[in-house]
Formats: sequence, structure tokens, C-alpha cells
Amino acid sequence: MKLHRRHLLSLAACAGLPGWARAASVVDRVLVLVELKGGNDGLNTVVPYADPAYAALRPTLALKPDVVLPLDEKVGLHPALAPLMPLWAQGELAVLQGLGYPSPNLSHFRSIEIWDSASASDEYLDDGWVARAMAAGLRDRAHFTTEGVALGSAGPGALRGARAVAIGNVDAFVAQSRLVRSVDGGGSPALAHVLRVESDVMKAADGLRTPPATPLATEFPAGAFGQAVRATCRIVAGQAGQGGVPVFHLSLGSFDTHQQQAGTHAGLLKQLAEGLVALRAGLVEAGAWDRTLVLTYSEFGRRARENQSRGTDHGTASSHFALGGAVKGGLIGTMPELERLDATQNLVHTSDFRQVYATIARQWWGVPPEKVIRGRFDPLPFLRA
Amino acid sequence: MISVRFLVGWWLAMLLGVAGAQVPERLSEADVRHLLGRTGFAPSPAEVAPWVGMTPAAAVDRLLAQAEVATPRHPAPAFTAEPVHVPYGQLPDEAARRQARVRDRADTRALSTWWLVEMRESPTPLTERMTLFWHNHFATSEQKVRQPQGMYVQHLLFRRYALGSFRDLLQAVARDPAMLVWLDGGSNRAKAPNENFAREVMELFALGEGHYTEADVREAARAFSGWGVRRTDWQATFQPRQFDTGPKTLFGVTARYDMGSALDHILAQPASARFIVDKLWREFVSPTPDLRVAGRAAAELRANGWRTSAALRVLLLSDPFWAPATRGVLVKSPVELAVGTLRQFDLALDDFGPVEALTGRLGQDLFQPPNVKGWTGYTAWIDGATLLERKRFTERVFLALENGAGMMADGARRGRLGPARVAFDAGGWLRPLGAWPDREPDAATASRLQAAVLPVPPVNPVPAGTVGLPYLRAMTLDPAYQLK
Repeated sequence: MKLHRRHLLSLAACAGLPGWARAASVVDRVLVLVELKGGNDGLNTVVPYADPAYAALRPTLALKPDVVLPLDEKVGLHPALAPLMPLWAQGELAVLQGLGYPSPNLSHFRSIEIWDSASASDEYLDDGWVARAMAAGLRDRAHFTTEGVALGSAGPGALRGARAVAIGNVDAFVAQSRLVRSVDGGGSPALAHVLRVESDVMKAADGLRTPPATPLATEFPAGAFGQAVRATCRIVAGQAGQGGVPVFHLSLGSFDTHQQQAGTHAGLLKQLAEGLVALRAGLVEAGAWDRTLVLTYSEFGRRARENQSRGTDHGTASSHFALGGAVKGGLIGTMPELERLDATQNLVHTSDFRQVYATIARQWWGVPPEKVIRGRFDPLPFLRA
Repeated sequence: MISVRFLVGWWLAMLLGVAGAQVPERLSEADVRHLLGRTGFAPSPAEVAPWVGMTPAAAVDRLLAQAEVATPRHPAPAFTAEPVHVPYGQLPDEAARRQARVRDRADTRALSTWWLVEMRESPTPLTERMTLFWHNHFATSEQKVRQPQGMYVQHLLFRRYALGSFRDLLQAVARDPAMLVWLDGGSNRAKAPNENFAREVMELFALGEGHYTEADVREAARAFSGWGVRRTDWQATFQPRQFDTGPKTLFGVTARYDMGSALDHILAQPASARFIVDKLWREFVSPTPDLRVAGRAAAELRANGWRTSAALRVLLLSDPFWAPATRGVLVKSPVELAVGTLRQFDLALDDFGPVEALTGRLGQDLFQPPNVKGWTGYTAWIDGATLLERKRFTERVFLALENGAGMMADGARRGRLGPARVAFDAGGWLRPLGAWPDREPDAATASRLQAAVLPVPPVNPVPAGTVGLPYLRAMTLDPAYQLK
């Protein structure tokens, strides 16, 4: 008898697999990447409020211990992230501290390329790390509607090279898909690109044509990020049992806060928190939260010391969030030491961001991590085993 | 029916043809379309005619000479002559700031619309393309500058130096108030250096990654200190007390650099001329610069006082530019798609608001590039969302004409594109190509139509029985229409 993966999983369920693994086979899992564009200030997001060096480095920008939302006796969240606290309490929020990479690049463009392609600092790769996971076996396991959906104005990012589409508005997208004809083929690379996008649009539209049986009752925040969250929930809700879309890319920003950072940053974090809470509500309603993993990332954190314009310059390591029904909440890794900065006065990372991707590759998708990220990277314990 | 296999074979054959001399002796219609399409926007058949039969050198020299002396045809929007707006920070309350934001958005839209009209009507479209090239190269966004007049002042700079000295342009841009605001040059003081401008000068404006060190960035930032913006009249100012007078070591040479000498020293680096030439190459020729030709163009650039026209002349008269394999290998930017469609079909539009909105939806809001790197361009212009929006634009234009007030006695077609009225002299456009608004083209006519509209053969054959305007509409929906 040929054992299908589904059978294996149902057998495993009896053996006591965690809820999220029972809930869905690998191919039904949803990864939502949230890019904080422009370089988010990790130190004022996950705040080492008890460290005297923090207040010393940031005479005007340091958040006072009495306003941060403590996660333990050392670190706490920016007050604008208050909507996330219930998730923290439920153990659905993991804080990944000190993520970075060796020889960090301080250019927005190069650094986000490094994060998206999961390359080393001096290595240039064309495809995003998600595309490599697809090629490493994920693609063969499912007939995905489309391998990724990027919502909003940011580029494909980590989805580059996968069969992914960028979508502004879902309804308009489906209606207008009549304008393309799926033809595979070549010609110049530019023409090949157009033909490939046409083919991706055809496939994606086929899968998105069916709206959810009942519209979601969740209310989504106004604004571009809230609407991207809404579209994500709508797509996931509409695709039950169809193979679906495994990866979403959302973006928020700009976090490039060189001047007068405090107000701008608080506003952006508030949007982030409200969007993520709405994402949770929408996906709970769609019955998909247990099989969802949300991950924030950004090209870099910011300089430890604030600048003369009450802002922060381009930095290096930063903390990020993993959330979802499959997440094992808590503080993961260690906060970089504020008294041991590098030659550019920047934080020294304590975990490599590729450890996060390695964890997702192995534990979330079950594909060999070394095909997704070159080199060996130890997993981080932010998924429930 | 043209198959995909045919297309691939055609393209490979063209690739193999690159080897020999490719510059034509005299320009054919197809050659003129290629030259005008690359140096301007997609040309109409009437625009093509006068250039046919010229030598490439004569045509390129005429293009460059005309573009260098061109001036705008229409006065800039009225707000550009008014006193500059009070900065947001000095406004009394949130209501006043909100009002200012609304006004600035409207002014920026007016400025973009004015520029799009210039692009549509200009007899020297190369001027507009080079101005757009510099806007993208020194990408500065109104979203941070918050002074539409400041964006206009910067625009005039790009226009003035469009084909002139890159060195003078770089020196001027470094002192341009909009740039000083955009990259925080105005808050770069001796005691508190801000590296933003110094970093981007090296990474994006003059050298490219790998040709400088973090130490060079830090030292250059010191040389750029002391500059500020006087908001009352939008003037760049230099405050000696904020300037770091100490010696700086830049690319291994220690001197008391200031802004002028630091920029000159950056341009003296071997990588600088090639950096600009490679960018011109990707804009006007192909995605992959040819080492030999680009090296020659870089030498010409330096030998001619950094005049961009000298480098561009080398590229436009090179074998790779004229090789058949180079046709249709670039992607039209949103502005090129919109303006090119209007110019190619000689469409008259009485309101450019819908065009301004379209280019924004397609990812190219003029005066608001996404970041200092500018628009990525090439294949990044086209994803699932923008491809559909691009096709919907040409479909709407032709459906409006087809379903509009019907054919006029003079063969003209009229319709509406949102608030705008659009008109097309269908008979006048089709007749010189041997086609008629109410007749299906025969094979020879069809190939003339295709050559006039598409840079490479269509991917999808136009269905049998398609006549006149629907035939043109079908061609604009072909994937090849997105290319140039």
C-alpha cells in the first residue's frame, strides 16, 4: 500500500503530534512575511529597558521603563505594540532577538537583497529564499494555486524567482485576468518575463475566482497595510481545500527614521500591531490560524546611539517577531550587548537570520535547509515541536 | 500563426547575428522606429517619415543637438512662481498641516501632469527622457521634501544639464535644496556628521558598490558638512561654523576637502565614468553593457568634460545598439507606455489627469520615486498587478474610441477616458500603412501594422476577422507591446 503524506500525518496524530501539525499537511501551511521597509529600529521595538547603556545611548529617544510593556525583567515592547500583548500572554508570539549576519551591509537595497535571497554579505543570488524552498521539494508536493502573493506596492522580495504574483486588489485582479493568455515561451529575457507573468496571472486567477462562502466578519484597519491584511485573509478563507497559496508578502513602512523618529516610529508600530491582530482574527475566522506562521523582517536595525536629529542612522542587528498558532511563544536568543558595539558603533548580532529560514525550511516545510540556505545554520526554537 | 518556437528561433538567430557590423548605412523605417523609440517615446508613422534614409551619424547628431537646446512648450504650473510654502513644522496646528499636505499633493500632481504633457508634445523627446533619467538617477521624492516648488527647482536642474556636463550636474545636485533635505545634507554638521548623502553619492550617484569603503563614506560626510537650506526662499546656504575644516582621507589621499573638491575627487576615481555609462546603457541599449563599447564611451565622457551627450553618442552609434537582437529587449516604463501610446497613435487628449493617475498605479509617480535608488525598472516594472493595469489602459483607450460617438465624417474617432476626451484620426493613421478602419488587413498590410506598433513580432496572432480599431487594440494587448 502506498502511504500518502496525509495518511502518515493522520497516523502521526495518534502518536501525539502538536495541534498545528495535526491541523494541516505541510502544503496547507501559510507563511506570511511582513517586511518592515526602511530598517526598523529594533532597540525601540523590543526595548532593553533595564540596561543603563540604553538610556545613555539615547538621551531623547530612550523609552522609560514605566511605559514599556515588560516581557521579562530586562526587555519590553514599545507601548504602541500593546495590541500584541494578548498574543504574548497566550504564547503565540515569539521574539527573535539580535538577528543579523556577519559583515553587515548598511545600504537599504543591498541589505534587503541579502535578507530576501538569504545570501552571505558578499554573495549575490538572484532568487529569493522562498523560491529555493519551492525548488527544494515543496513545489513537487502540491499543486499550489500560485506559489506566493505579494500584496501592495513592494516588490516580490523573498518570492523572487517563484511562481508568484503581485496583487493590488483581489477582485479587480480576477476580473482583469481575461486580458492575458497563457503562453509559455521565450524570446528575449524581457519577453520571457512578460509571458511568465501572464501564465502566473492565469493560474492565480483560476484559484482566486471563488470568493469565501461567507464574507469575513473581522474588521480590518484602514490604510494600505490593513487592506493588505484583509486581502490575505480573504484569499486564505477562499481557498479552503484547494492547495492554496503557501506564502504571502506584506510590507509596511518606511521605517527609515533619520530625523525626529519618536512619533513616526510609534505610528508605524501601532499600524503593525493593529494589522497583525486583525490578521490573527481574520485567519482564526477562516480556520487557518493554527497552520499559519507570521514573520517580520527588515533590512537592518538602526544605530544604537541616536543622532543629533533625534533620529537613528542605518544599523545592523534587530529583533523580530514570529507569531501564529504554531509558534512557541517567548524570548528566543539573546539581546546584543549595548556596551560591545562593532567598529561602526553598531550592534553585533547574536543569531543569524538564516537560522530562522533554516528552521522554517526544516520544521515548517520539511525541505532540506541546505538547499534553501547555503551553509549550516542551527534552528531556533520558535515553533512548537 | 506565429508560434512560440518561431519567436525563440528568431531571437536566437538575432543573437547570433550580433557579431558583424550592425550599424546600418542608411536608416530604414524599422531603424528609425528603434532609434526614436529608444531615445524618446514610441513614434507615430508621421514622426518616423522624415528620418528615413538618413545616415545614423547624421540622425544621432541631429537628435542630440536638438535636444540640447530644447525648452518646454508650456509654462509650468502657476504655483511654481509663488513664494515657497511655509514648512510644516512652522504651521500653527494639525488642521493647517493637513491643509498644506492636501495643497502639496495637488501641486505635485499639477507638476507631474505638466511634465507628461511636455513629453507628449515635445518635438525633442530625448530632452524629456534624459530629464527623467536624471530624476531617476538622483531620485528625490516630494514625500520627504514637502515642497513642490523645490521639486520644480530640481527638475529645472535636470533639464538644464540633461545632456550637458555630468560633473556640473553632480556639483549642482549636491547643493540643490531638495537633495539637501532628501538626504539630510541640511543636518550634516561638523560635530554631528550625517552620512546619508555621502553614502548615496558613492553607492548610487557616482561610483557604485564595491568602489569605496565605509571609511571613505565617513570622511566624505565630513567634507559635505556645513550645508543647510534656508526655507524662506529655498536657497542652499553654507555655514562655515558647521563645517569640518580638518584634513580628511578620501580614497587614500589626505586633504582639506570641501564639497566641491570631494566630489571632484570622487569623480576622479576610475570607476566613476563607467558607472554612468553602464546606467545609460541599461536605459537606452540593453540590460547588459558591452565591455568594449562602454569602455570607449567612458573614455569619451572624460575626454569631453563629462558631457553626457558624448557618451550617449558612442552608445547610439555602436553595433550592439543596432543589432537586431537588441530590438524589443527592454521594458517600457509606465511613463513610456502611457506617453508612447499617445504619441504612437497620435491620440489627442484634453486632460492628462487620467494619464498621471495611470502612471502612479503602474508604479511611476513622477516626483515620488520609491526611494533613493529610484525605480528599479526593466522586468521589475511588470508583475501580475501592473501587467493587467497596463493592458487595461490600452484596452480602455481603444474601446472608448470604438464605442464613442461613432466615426466622424473625417474618419476621426472620439471617446472618453474618465474625465478626458480622447480623439484619434483612424483613417489618417491607417491609410499611409495601406489599412482602413473598416477592412481586415491582408497579410502584407498586417505585417506593416505590426511593424508600426510592435518592436518584435506579436506572440499571439490577431484572430481572423478582426478589423480596423479592434485590430490595433489586439496588438496593444500582445505581450510584445510592453517592450521597446
